[in-house]
Order: sequence, then C-alpha cells, then structure tokens
Amino acid sequence: MMRATPSDLPLVLDGVSLHIGSTVVLDRLDLTIAPGAPTLVVGPNGSGKTTLLRLCMQLVRPSQGRVSWGGRTDAGQGRRAILFQKPVMLRRSAAANVAYVLAQVGHPRHLRAAQALELLDRVGLADLAARPARRLSGGEQQRVALARALARQPEILLLDEPTASLDPAATLHVEEIIRMAAQSGTKIVMASHDLGQVRRLAGEVVFMIRGRVCEQASAEKFFDRPSTTEAAAFIRGDLVL
Amino acid sequence: MQQKSHEICCGQGFRMSESVGAWQLIASGDATLFAIVRLSLAVSLSAVAIAVIVGLPLGALLALTRFPGRSAVVVVLNGFMGLPPVVVGLTVYLLLSRSGPLGEFGLLFTPAAMVVAQALLVLPIIAALARQTIEDLWSEYRDELTAMGVGPAGRVATLLWDSRFSLITALLAGFGRAAAEVGTVMIVGGNIEGFTRTMTTAIALETSKGNLPLAMGLGIVLIGIIIAINAAAWGLRLWSEQRAG
Repeated sequence: MMRATPSDLPLVLDGVSLHIGSTVVLDRLDLTIAPGAPTLVVGPNGSGKTTLLRLCMQLVRPSQGRVSWGGRTDAGQGRRAILFQKPVMLRRSAAANVAYVLAQVGHPRHLRAAQALELLDRVGLADLAARPARRLSGGEQQRVALARALARQPEILLLDEPTASLDPAATLHVEEIIRMAAQSGTKIVMASHDLGQVRRLAGEVVFMIRGRVCEQASAEKFFDRPSTTEAAAFIRGDLVL
Repeated sequence: MQQKSHEICCGQGFRMSESVGAWQLIASGDATLFAIVRLSLAVSLSAVAIAVIVGLPLGALLALTRFPGRSAVVVVLNGFMGLPPVVVGLTVYLLLSRSGPLGEFGLLFTPAAMVVAQALLVLPIIAALARQTIEDLWSEYRDELTAMGVGPAGRVATLLWDSRFSLITALLAGFGRAAAEVGTVMIVGGNIEGFTRTMTTAIALETSKGNLPLAMGLGIVLIGIIIAINAAAWGLRLWSEQRAG
C-alpha cells in the first residue's frame, strides 16, 4: 500500500539555510542523498546534524533554499521514519505504541497485535511488550521507538544518535538491526558522534561543520584520505569547532 | 420578615437535635430528601455531559490551532471559569423568558432550563482545562505524531485519549461547580417543589424557613456525593497511571 507512492530518493537539499531568530543553524547547505549503503552524518555538536534530519523528515521548513524528495518538494511523511535522539513514548504499553503506528500505516486490525510483538522481538523487547512505555528505561524506550520506526517500513530511515544513551551490548543490538534494515533495502541516514560506529556502519560519510557540509565521501575515502583539514582533524580526535 | 426568623433560629447556635434529625432523614431514606438529590444529580450530570461533548473538542481545537486573536480567546475562556452563576442565570433567564428569543419553547422554570444554564457555567471550565492539558501533551507529542503522519482528526483523538485521566480532573471540577452552585438554578429553575428544587436551592429555602434538619441533611448528602466522586476519580487515576504510565 505504501509502496504505491513514488520514491523519496534521491533526497536533495539545494542551498538550504535555516535561521532560528538570529542564529544560523544551516547555512546554504547542498546535499544529495542517493539510494545505497548507509549515510552517516558526523560533526561536532551544534553543526546542524539534528536540524538536517528534521528537514529531511519535513518537520521544519527551510528559511531559504529547497528540499526535494524524489523530485517532489512536498512528499508528506509516508515513506520516511525518524528516530529522535530523545523519543517520546505515547502513554500506552510498549506494544500499543508499536500498534499505534501500524494502525497509522493501515495495517489490518486483526494482524496488528502479532506484528507489534514481532517488531518488539526484533529489538529485543518482546518480554516488556505489556509494560507502560513511559516506565521503561531510556535505552528500552529508544528501542521501542526503533520498533515504531520500523513498523512504518520506511524507504528512508533517519536516526539521530540512536545509541548515544545505550550500553555496548544494546548498541551492538541496535547496530545489528540497522544493518539488517539497510540490507533489506532501507536507506539509512544516521547522525552519530561515535567514529567507531561510523566505521562499522557507514557506506558514505557526510561531515558537517557550522551548518554546512564540509565533506561528503565514501567511508573508506573519508577515513583514509580526507580532503579537508577539518575532517582530518576530526578523525584524529582533535577538537573541531 | 423571613430574614428576621432566619437570624433568630441561627442566633441560637448549633443545636444537637437538628443534626440528629438530619442523619435520621438520610438514614430513613426520606422521600422528599432523595427526590431532591435525584433531581440535582440528574441536572448537574446532564449539564456536565453537554459541557464535555462541546467543551473537549473546543479545548482541543483551541490547543491545536493558531489564529490571530487566539491569546484573547484563551484569556476570555480562562476568565469565564469564574463566571458568576447569578449572571449566567440572568442571561439564560432573559433568553428563555416568554418575551426572550427562545421563549417559544417554554423552557423557563423547568429542569431543562437548569441543565442549559449549568452547562453554560461548566463549559468554560472544561474547555479551558482541556485546552491546557492537551496543549501540554501536544508540545510533547508534536514531532512524533507529525513524523508518524497523523492527520488533524487523528491528533485530536490521540491527545484526548492519552490525556483522558487528566481530563477527568477537569470533568470533576465542572461537576463540583455545577452541583454546588445555587445562583443559576434558583433564577432559571425557580425552586419549584417537586419539580425544580435542587439540593442547593432547597438548602437555601429550608434554612430561611428554619427547617434545619432537612437543610443539614441535604448539605451532608451534597458533600458526601462530591467527596465520593472525587475519591473514585483519584482511585481511577492511580490505577491508570500504573497501567498506562
């Protein structure tokens, strides 16, 4: 049903600026996200990674420039899903949170409960399905949110530092789920702080500083032969402002 | 004259025999007393039901929309939570009286008129509290629901459902207001015995007549009802918070 709609790829940002008050969050940014291996968005705090993802999700509109999804400038949210850094749980059980999204995308009513449980099982939370989602730990809520995002069967999955609050075991689990989603054809666009994680997951790296794309390259090239001094410094672990 | 007898009886202070009499009326299931209680509950609950049906969607609409002058509407609505009952009574009286615009329906001095007046009194309370509750939840849910592609109708339904236990508090505030007020029902109901006499108007009348046992009995029942309903809502809230988080 969702597949009947045209593709959202390539996702193109063309000269996009975003001002909030007098602050320039994004500054004439150009970026094309094409189908393929995961795109990891890296850069220091405040470089505009979160805002970039929100623009890609059509949650904010650019002050200047334009965003297009598969050539369309108003694509709705139908084929994309986002995992926020601090996801908000609906005041329902974990399973009901997932079932809510399934209902939203038109999943048949009698199959929802089973499908919700299956999705929770994929993120390792099947035994917490009946618990109130807001009572779960931060890491568990993150995974419920991931199950909710997967429930939309997105063509593009946007993730904003999804493992920032997780322990290594949970991080490994989430990365595995992301890798599986990527293998099954979902385009992953993920902001991350963790260069180890970027090396593990990235097919392509978008390096941002001060609201602009400083460098966009394959992961291999980015780590081996960065073309900007800022990227080289960032990879070395120097402080980049 | 009536004012004088009122002073005389009360001037003698609290009398034991009358409070015993009040409890006896309640315990014996006094027909007059319980007819009044029934009518009061029917009127106030109907008024709250109407106010909920109109006020919740209104509050939700106000919480989710932005338009010029919205702040003014919110301020007026909040201010209307404290509408003086006698003024609402007077307004409804003028609307429903024979020569008023709605006079042809002959509603004045009927329970229906009391329901209308109390609904008007309660509506701002429910709409204003609902707006606040829903707006708070919306600021939390906005990004997630937008990202999930939830449309306007779905948003309202989700927000109402997820804030249902907070909204019960708004509903209780409305019921408390309706059940306890005397001004509107006195004016538009007329305090007609066996027809439009409610707990509050009966208490006012019986006190001025010096029939203190009945007045006190009604007072005890009124307070008991309000406490019982609040206790039930409190319990419901505790239970639901454990379930829904």
